[in-house]
Amino acid sequence: MAEFSLPKNSRIQAGRVYQAPPGTKNIRRFRIYRYAPDSGQNPRMDTYEVDMDKCGPMVLDALLKIKNEMDTTLTLRRSCREGICGSCAMNIDGSNTLACTKACSDIKGDVQIYPLPHLPVIKDLVPDLTHFYAQYASIKPWIRTQSPPPDRERLQSKEERSRLDGLYECILCACCSTSCPSYWWNPERYLGPAILLQAYRWIVDSRDEASGERLDDLQDPFKLYRCHTIMNCTRTCPKGLNPARAIAEIKKLLVERQH
Amino acid sequence: MSFRNPLGRARGLGSANEGTGHWMAQRISAVALIPLTLWFTVSMLHMTRAGYPAVSHWLHTPWVAVLLVLLVGSTFYHACLGLQVVIEDYVHDTWLKMSMLMLIRFAGILCAATGIFVVLRAAFGG
Repeated sequence: MAEFSLPKNSRIQAGRVYQAPPGTKNIRRFRIYRYAPDSGQNPRMDTYEVDMDKCGPMVLDALLKIKNEMDTTLTLRRSCREGICGSCAMNIDGSNTLACTKACSDIKGDVQIYPLPHLPVIKDLVPDLTHFYAQYASIKPWIRTQSPPPDRERLQSKEERSRLDGLYECILCACCSTSCPSYWWNPERYLGPAILLQAYRWIVDSRDEASGERLDDLQDPFKLYRCHTIMNCTRTCPKGLNPARAIAEIKKLLVERQH
Repeated sequence: MSFRNPLGRARGLGSANEGTGHWMAQRISAVALIPLTLWFTVSMLHMTRAGYPAVSHWLHTPWVAVLLVLLVGSTFYHACLGLQVVIEDYVHDTWLKMSMLMLIRFAGILCAATGIFVVLRAAFGG
C-alpha cells in the first residue's frame, strides 16, 4: 500500500551551531543536513555562521569555506565549480540546483541545504546515484547504426544538428529526476526526466539508425508513462533545459508511428 | 541485500511494449467529455424548475438518450483509466495492485451498465 509514515532515519534532529568569531560583521547562517548512516544516529541540521566578507559569492564557495575552516567532517561532491560537471547538485533553499552556480545573494534568510531528495544518502550531501547511472546505461546512450561505418565523419546538416540544441547540454546532475514526484514514487521502474531527455537526444539524432528500437524500449506504462507533466523537472533544471518537452515529444512520436 | 548488477536491476523485466493505447484513450475520452459534459450541465440548468412530465418528455427524445448513454459510458471509461494511473503510481504491493485494478474495472463497468440501463428505461418506458 502507499506509505504514509516515513522511516525513523527521516526524522531530523537539531544539530551543532558553529558560531562566527566575535566581531564578524557580515554573518550568513547556513543550515546544513548532516547524516552518517554508519553512525546509527538520526540526521541532524548543523548551523554554520559564515563571514561573508571573506567568502566567495556562490553557495559552493561557502560550503568549501565551511569544510576548510570550520568543520572538515562536512561531506559533499564538487569538481568543476562552473556548472558543467553536475557533481555539486543538491537541494538549496527548497529547490534542486548546482551549488556552484547558485549565488548566496539570491537566497533570502538562512541558507538551507539538503542532499538531492529521495535518494539513499551515503553521507551528508552525497547521495547514491548508482541506480540513476544504471538507468542511463539502460537506454544505450551511444550511436547505434546498421549501415557500415563510413570512411569519414557522419555528416549532419545545420538543421539536423539544431535538433540536439536544448538536449546535448544536459550534464546528468539528477536535479530534475530527483525533483519529480513520479520518480519519487516509482524510481525502480520510471526512468525519470533526465534519462528520458537523454533517450530523446538519441531518438532525434539524424545519424542514429535505431529510433524505432529506442521507442520500443521506452513504450512502457512505467518507464515512460509515469510522467504526468508535473513540470518540476523543467522548473528546477539548473541548465535551463526542458525535460518535460522532450518527454512530450517522445509520447508524440509513439502516437505518430501508429498512424 | 542483493548482489544483482545495477544495470540488471535498472533493465528489470524490460519494456511492456504497451502504454500508448491507454494514454491516447485517456485523452480521446477527455476530449469527448468536454462537449458532452457542457451539454448535460446546460440542459440540467434549463430544467431546474421543470416538472416530471417535461423531463420525462426530454428523456424520450432519441438524440438526448443517445447522448446520455455516451456521457455515462465515456465518464466511467475515463474514470477507470484515470484511477488505473493513480493505483499504478501509489500502490506498490503486487497483489493489492492487481486486485484494486480488477476492482475499479468491475466497479466502472457496473456503474456504466447501471447508468445506461436507467437512461434506456427512461427513454423507452412509459
